[in-house]
Amino acid sequence: MSVFDGLKFRKVYSPIHDLDPRIKFFYVISIFVVAILFSQIIPLLFLFVLQIPFVLLARVQKQWLRSLRGAAFLAGLIFAINVATSYFTTGYVITASAIENAAALTLRFVVLVESFSVFFLTTSPDHLGLALEESRVPYEFAFAFTTAVRFVPVLAEEAQTIMDAQKARGLELEKGSLLKRIRNYVPVLIPLIVSAIRRSLELAEAMESRAWGATKKRTNLYLLKLHRGDYALLLITVGILVVSIYVRLFVPVPMISRFI
Amino acid sequence: MIEAQDVYFSYANKVEALKGISLTIKDGEFVAIMGQNGAGKSTLVKHFNGLLKPTIGTILIDGVETTKTSVATLARNVGFVFQNPDHQLFSETVEDEIAFALKNFGFESEAIEKRITWALNLLALTQYRKTSPFLLSGGERKRVALASVLAWDPQTLILDEPTIGQDHEQKEKLRQFVLQMQTQKKTVVMVTHDVEFVAECDPRVILMKEGRVMADGIGKEILTDPSLLKVSSIVLPQIAQIFSKLSLLGLPKDVIDIYEAKQILLNAKESKQHT
Amino acid sequence: MAIIETKNLTYVYPGASKPSISDVSIKIEKGEFVLITGPSGCGKTTLCRCFNGLVPHFYQGELKGEISVAGIDTLKHHTYEMAKHVGLVFQNPENQLFALSIEKDVAFGLENLGLPRDEMRKKVDWALNQTGIYDLRERSPHEISGGQQQRVAIAAVLAMEPEIIVLDEPTSFLDPLSAEKIFEVIYGLNKQQGITVVLVEHRLDLTAKYTNHLIVMNEGKVRFDGNPREILSAEETRLIGVGIPKATLLYQMLKKEGLNLSNTTPLSSEELAGELLEALKSK
Repeated sequence: MSVFDGLKFRKVYSPIHDLDPRIKFFYVISIFVVAILFSQIIPLLFLFVLQIPFVLLARVQKQWLRSLRGAAFLAGLIFAINVATSYFTTGYVITASAIENAAALTLRFVVLVESFSVFFLTTSPDHLGLALEESRVPYEFAFAFTTAVRFVPVLAEEAQTIMDAQKARGLELEKGSLLKRIRNYVPVLIPLIVSAIRRSLELAEAMESRAWGATKKRTNLYLLKLHRGDYALLLITVGILVVSIYVRLFVPVPMISRFI
Repeated sequence: MIEAQDVYFSYANKVEALKGISLTIKDGEFVAIMGQNGAGKSTLVKHFNGLLKPTIGTILIDGVETTKTSVATLARNVGFVFQNPDHQLFSETVEDEIAFALKNFGFESEAIEKRITWALNLLALTQYRKTSPFLLSGGERKRVALASVLAWDPQTLILDEPTIGQDHEQKEKLRQFVLQMQTQKKTVVMVTHDVEFVAECDPRVILMKEGRVMADGIGKEILTDPSLLKVSSIVLPQIAQIFSKLSLLGLPKDVIDIYEAKQILLNAKESKQHT
Repeated sequence: MAIIETKNLTYVYPGASKPSISDVSIKIEKGEFVLITGPSGCGKTTLCRCFNGLVPHFYQGELKGEISVAGIDTLKHHTYEMAKHVGLVFQNPENQLFALSIEKDVAFGLENLGLPRDEMRKKVDWALNQTGIYDLRERSPHEISGGQQQRVAIAAVLAMEPEIIVLDEPTSFLDPLSAEKIFEVIYGLNKQQGITVVLVEHRLDLTAKYTNHLIVMNEGKVRFDGNPREILSAEETRLIGVGIPKATLLYQMLKKEGLNLSNTTPLSSEELAGELLEALKSK
């Protein structure tokens, strides 16, 4: 069940959690853009450090570190591939600058992971769903999203019940060759799929019975309003963008390896 | 025989579902485990076939600790029929569905054939042998699930909320089925909140609340005990409801059977006429 | 004019060999509390779905006969139009709640209808209060019990202020205490708000006392339609497989043995107890 724990939003109260998800998303996209703008290690390092206060403010350090640990494998892979590429293309020599470049690219990947991680850790599915509803995304997509989130814990429990029911009939999921073990999941998958289909039918009936499709101009009980904190974040994000573009265009960024 | 020795159980999310359960269920007994949702009924019975293992304490099935053996081995003697048959059905035909467990338990193909025929017959499903279980009605699917468990003839049968969604006829057939199991000396453990059904079957009742056993004994007494009613949120069976309002007449309060009720009331009228 | 009226209603699900309902002709007056019962497969579920247009619009197939609900011919109107007049509450509480908070779920129908926000707010709060779940409004559906979920489903339907609420075995998955609470809520809506209620149920012991219009169906047809006291006394009703309330059965048994009970068939334990006190106190 631990896989699904990661999707279960934690109800922590922090200023970051309360921020408008659209602004937060704008911030994340901006970080993404800035990270792409630079391939030198100093600005990327700066970007990485810049996000730490947000993590601390949001009090999600533990989970955030866990997501970084998860990315460690891929990060290591990126680093190794880049070093190897330069090794082979510059005459079997590993230069300090090559290492710095590889490190920079790896850091770029890490910065992306960390910013998206902060976003998902501090934005509840409700908030996300609301943001989707209020954006120009067609309502069906926002609805599909929130319904999916709503039913993840239900389906997870059902999967567990089905496994229990089949184990109680002598099914042994842990034994046998890999092929046998995959085949053993058929008695678990089929009831799960059939049940999901039945559930969808019942949901559709309920939706139809509550005027689904009555009008294209659907309204919303909630309204996402921007507050001071949102404007602050907006300003900070725009500030980062402006500074980054300026630096990129006019300020030459030195490489550390030059000083070694 | 099922024994629970001071069993405590907590789920992964630290919720303590069982708090010190000790009980014994002998072979051939008929037990109804009752209580509100969340009392721990399903959690308890899942220990009887090893699906759950106690956090503290021991569960012994026929003298063997459940932690020392697998679910598959325990299931051989403890059959569990889950509440929703759709959580079990997956085969192309009813026949295959019943054969599933038999194959898992290593029965020979001849024995499998015989047992399928026997189980289908027992539950009036012979005509559906080659039918896809998904094409059957809700009640029929419930019978297929039951047949698939009976087929391997376990000594103990655990039924999880068997009366949900059943109409009057179906419940009557279920009641007769349980009686039949009794005559075959099978142990039947039923998790239910259907007070009327329990009143009609009159089994031993174990009443649970918040992970503990509140009462364990004669169904009649437990289902009509006002102090237990208040604490555990079960309702009085209909017949008992009638008698609870007749206290002025000095009639007994622990009546749950309709025929007993008739007799008591007729006797009361008789004695009135003689005064 | 009756609020629900059907004439010779017959329906075959696509791919089925025989009709689920045939020749159903019933009349339900405004403000009634109607109980529909019958063994599994008798067609009551299909009939419910005819009332708001799910049959035939959602299920396809051909619906023959005439039907008028709240003055509207359901055959000629979309299901979403019917939603303003008929609310349908289903058996499984879990599969009727799809939003991430209770109040958003209750607002769902109103949002679909495109109502302005403050109007929605008022109706949502009203519906939450009517069903006694106002305190749960910010919780998520997964956190609450089955009985509470079912009350949310009722609130969600109630918020659209329909004239009729149809409930198809709403307490199947609930324990007796939660079931009683649901019936009390429904009865309250019928008595205080004047909402016509159509309730499909097996548990007549809990529900027969609320109604004076009982419809018994069997094999797609209406077998009995009228006064529950008469219907539940009839031998044929018992033979169909309807679960006669024990109070009624005991009454019949005692009357046969000569006990001088009144001629009013009791439908609940209270009624029988009352009659027994009379009969046993007197000479």
